[in-house]
Amino acid sequence: MNSIIEINDLDLYYGEFHALKGVNMEIPEKAITAFIGPSGCGKSTLLRTFNRMNDMIAGTRIEGKVEIAGTDIYSGDVDVETLRKRVGMVFQQPNPFPKSIYDNVAYGPRLHGITDRKKLDEIVETSLRSAALWNEVKDHLKRSAGSISGGQQQRLCIARALAVEPDILLMDEATSALDPISTLKIEELAQELKDRYTIVMVTHNMHQAARVSQQTVFFLNGEVVEYSETEKLFSNPTDQRTEDYISGRFG
Amino acid sequence: MKAKTVDKIATSVIIAIAALIVLVLAGLLGYILVRGLGHVSFHFLTSAPETIRKGGGIGPQLFNSIFLLVLTMIITIPIGLGAGIYMSEYAPSNKLTNAIRLVVEVLSSVPSIIVGLFGLLVLVNLFGFGFSLFSGALALTVFNLPLMVRITEQGLKGVPREQKEASLALGLSKWKTITSVMLPIAMPVILTGTILAAGRVFGEAAALLFTAGMSSPRLDFSDWNPLSPFSPLNPFRPAETLAVHIWKINSEGLAPDAGEIAAGASAVLVITVLLFNFAARWLGRYMYRKFTAIK
Repeated sequence: MNSIIEINDLDLYYGEFHALKGVNMEIPEKAITAFIGPSGCGKSTLLRTFNRMNDMIAGTRIEGKVEIAGTDIYSGDVDVETLRKRVGMVFQQPNPFPKSIYDNVAYGPRLHGITDRKKLDEIVETSLRSAALWNEVKDHLKRSAGSISGGQQQRLCIARALAVEPDILLMDEATSALDPISTLKIEELAQELKDRYTIVMVTHNMHQAARVSQQTVFFLNGEVVEYSETEKLFSNPTDQRTEDYISGRFG
Repeated sequence: MKAKTVDKIATSVIIAIAALIVLVLAGLLGYILVRGLGHVSFHFLTSAPETIRKGGGIGPQLFNSIFLLVLTMIITIPIGLGAGIYMSEYAPSNKLTNAIRLVVEVLSSVPSIIVGLFGLLVLVNLFGFGFSLFSGALALTVFNLPLMVRITEQGLKGVPREQKEASLALGLSKWKTITSVMLPIAMPVILTGTILAAGRVFGEAAALLFTAGMSSPRLDFSDWNPLSPFSPLNPFRPAETLAVHIWKINSEGLAPDAGEIAAGASAVLVITVLLFNFAARWLGRYMYRKFTAIK
């Protein structure tokens, strides 16, 4: 498998706090990679370096390299907005805008300059179909996004992210606020999407990582302890700490 | 004393204080309205005041108050929004921005008569704007602006971080995120605050005595050319507002019915300010429901 994200000796500091320590990793294209580890181990921090959302936090400092498709995204000439168009993100809490379902999906494309109504309709439909939400909402696209269920809202957020045509989709504990059935739907959706998108998901749920991902990365205290194919990591971990974690001895 | 007794005494004292406040307000409003409302009629609201005869109205003053309010808001809203957006989204948190915040606070607590004198010395005399609506509007801007800045800042700070991040994560620029996601969400707060600020402007007198002036030229309500000296729309004419008129007619009114006119004008002023408050609450709630789609 080709790798699309390459991380070389990455260190990240929040002020004095050393949040990521010497991370080296490759993330394969068009597959699901899961980040697991106890709270505060740096998995979300690393995820947020891929679309530079950490830039918003004052006092963040980065050393080392993060390359996406061969481009160092922290070099001076990278445009953050272009990067974020290519690297979409879904958050822990469903966060649709207080607008209609249609406007939520059309929001990105519209502000990126698409004004043609037909084109927008088309984008909204394909994105909602890709997010497996179209059949549930097609008859009331004008309804407020706040009126659908939490699981539907999260799929709406996925549709909204897909509407700007990213290559990579980051999911930051995207199912942790959802009920088991909605969670299952999102997992199935991720399986379908991985043929077209590279998906990186942070999860606190090991079983989820085992169920859906092809590669799993185990974090501990800001370090990557181990990463390999999911099957191998769960059945035959090389590091003692990984084994302790997946067998439930801590975390 | 037993804890229960203390609790009972404290509760009764607090209720008594609350009741006292409500009584004072009700008495004040009741007195003004009972004294004034009898004098309010369509004729009173639309006709020009009389200097020495009976039967004068407050038409021009009412118009001046509203026009001055509009002028002030035209100046205040863009500057206040801009500064508020800067303070909330762009300003780094350091000594300088803390100093700016302090200055804004102090500015809003400068006594209005001082603002009026400042207006007289700087706007009316030094800059030569004369006693005019424009001078008045600028003076009112001085204490309306801090309010506007704070309201905008608080409104934007109140936008959930998730909403902001969602927009930024789609590759939208900071500015587009502010204008198309954050401002609409903050709008109910900003709007409510703006209307309350407007109510304050409407009732202000001290700052206007020396800036907008205490006289009103004869207005020709058929002349809508803003450059003509008798046009009501001319911003460079002197203009006595309702609040100033009440003060003047009470202290040096010569008309035999000066007392009634002052009472009637007071009632109109109080009712208008109350309307502003109710409008603010209603509109704020309406917009909140509209934007968050809570039925």
